[in-house]
Amino acid sequence: MTRMTTEQAIHQALAEEMQRDERVLLMGEGVATKRPDLVQDFGATRVRNTPLAEAIVAGTAVGAAASGLRPVVDLLFAPFLAYAMDALVNSAGKLRYLSGGQFEFPLVAMSMTGSGWCVGAQHNHNLEAMFAHAPGLKVVMPSTAADFKGLLKAAIRDDNPVVFFTDLGLLHQEGEVPDVADHVVPLGLAAVRRVGADVTLVSYAKTVGVCLQAAEQLQAQGIAAEVIDLRTLKPLDETTVLRSLRKTGRLVVVTEASGLCGMAAELAALAATRAFDVLRAPVVRLTGPDAPGASSWVLEQAALPTVEAVVEAVQGMLVEVAVGREALAAS
Amino acid sequence: MSAAGMTDALRRLEAMLLIRAYEEKLVEFQRGGAPGTCTSVGQEACAVGVVGALESRDRILTNHRSAAHLIARGADPGRLMAEVLGRVDGYCGGRSGSLHISAKELGVVLTSTIVGGELSMAPGVALAQKMGQGEPGGIVAVFFGDGAACEGIFHEALNLAVQWQLPLLFVCENNDWQAFVHRRETMPDNAIADWAAGHGLPVATVDGNDVEAVHAAARDVVAAIRADGQPRFLELVTYRLRGHFEPDDQVYVDADELARWQARDPLQGQADRLLALGALDAANLMQLRDRVAARIEAAARFAQASAWPDPRTLTHHVYAEQGARS
Repeated sequence: MTRMTTEQAIHQALAEEMQRDERVLLMGEGVATKRPDLVQDFGATRVRNTPLAEAIVAGTAVGAAASGLRPVVDLLFAPFLAYAMDALVNSAGKLRYLSGGQFEFPLVAMSMTGSGWCVGAQHNHNLEAMFAHAPGLKVVMPSTAADFKGLLKAAIRDDNPVVFFTDLGLLHQEGEVPDVADHVVPLGLAAVRRVGADVTLVSYAKTVGVCLQAAEQLQAQGIAAEVIDLRTLKPLDETTVLRSLRKTGRLVVVTEASGLCGMAAELAALAATRAFDVLRAPVVRLTGPDAPGASSWVLEQAALPTVEAVVEAVQGMLVEVAVGREALAAS
Repeated sequence: MSAAGMTDALRRLEAMLLIRAYEEKLVEFQRGGAPGTCTSVGQEACAVGVVGALESRDRILTNHRSAAHLIARGADPGRLMAEVLGRVDGYCGGRSGSLHISAKELGVVLTSTIVGGELSMAPGVALAQKMGQGEPGGIVAVFFGDGAACEGIFHEALNLAVQWQLPLLFVCENNDWQAFVHRRETMPDNAIADWAAGHGLPVATVDGNDVEAVHAAARDVVAAIRADGQPRFLELVTYRLRGHFEPDDQVYVDADELARWQARDPLQGQADRLLALGALDAANLMQLRDRVAARIEAAARFAQASAWPDPRTLTHHVYAEQGARS
């Protein structure tokens, strides 16, 4: 294992995949400026600074992907993806289908999002559900350095367009990354970060850490929480979530993104439609508000699901059960 | 005109007649309840002139008004019609319909019906070509209209193509109509060529209703791109003789303007030229029309006989099957 930051893990993944496959190229505002070693190793042809114009950067990736290259584009911040929507959603996501499978779009669109930098809503907007809703696209949002490396490598090798989100708050966080020659984490598999039998906490990106801290506090109270890190939002690993739910009967979904039509809503629907028979309490969603991200540190923090909120939610679920048991015993 | 030149000119006339007959058949289908289409009636010379100047190693990106480009490239009218009717024998198995037909086997690659979508992808296709993915020496041509020139992506694509020195031919068919709005309401006159020139690439403006003029200009710019790998811009001044999307009664069109352009019909212009040169007589022209009509009738029969897609295949082709490869 080697200890490194998320940023370093991403860089290693890019370098390794560019080394492995000469069709991989990197484009975006500042990619050559910020990664001189990649320019040195792979040449300016494959590491290209671009104009600050997300629509044409993403569109160029789509055209190049359909023509035999495997582009990775760095679109910087998730809200900028709004300018790249036509290329990603209308072209990359739909033209494989509309062409009857004549074309493939092996590309990765990277961007950063999430609270922690006090940059406000035009740099911080968790848009992952919007892309999960677009057919033809895969969506990845890791939480550990090892996964950032392994999932980015898998995304680059995937023949589908992959939207890859990096939580800003994790960029400088360190983690252990396996030293194996080719550390690849398959898309579509969630990770069980902590095993427990009383309640299932499902999350991804930065709020996985919130769930793990909450699980630690709950443990002290004799409550065993299972923590699932989705890692890939689409395809969604329903099997791992349902397996856990069949064991615990209780689900808390924690996301920094807002709730309406979001990943938390999808997971609540999964529980209601596929595990209704085992649910022992109503599903709880702890999400950000339906509000743009504020810049002020205090307001930015106020929008986040907290460890305390997760602990309280779980306690509430178990209290209801306890109360129910007492009522049953008294009758 | 040399004998060889006349043969080529006759071939171009026949191609335009075929496109016209194909699209008129689609209009007939639409009246019978089939999905509507965006025809390129009046713009056939643009497609035939430019596509005829390309080679099989070149790649084409087009848009919602693509029938002329596809047929000029040699697409089978029967398979095109099958696609429009939503049948399995269409180029895209019925998933595209008329609006986004691509045909990889013909080098007619990405087609977007989002105005400007083709412009967003074209530099990437040209970049792949430049980086050795296509056939050696190939270039890329992207077709769009004056409507797309009003999109921001027009400038982004031109800027990138020039900065990255991409082997890309921009072909703007300036047909005066942006869906249901006349160009005079949306942009200054003569803006397109000036805007393109502002990006620092060579620009030529040509009568888009004169197939020989279009072809000569296209031949020159294609040769120039092949020689130096730099982008070029061709503005073809033409006119959309039918409505935006069938059915369209065109009540919003100025009758005098329409009549002026109908008098400049590119098919009639080419026929008159060849008749005057003695390359064609009235009987030959009739034979040509009959041959084209027979092909379109056969195509229509083929398309109508083609099976509907199996509903069980609804979600096929959304994702690449193999996923991650190690």
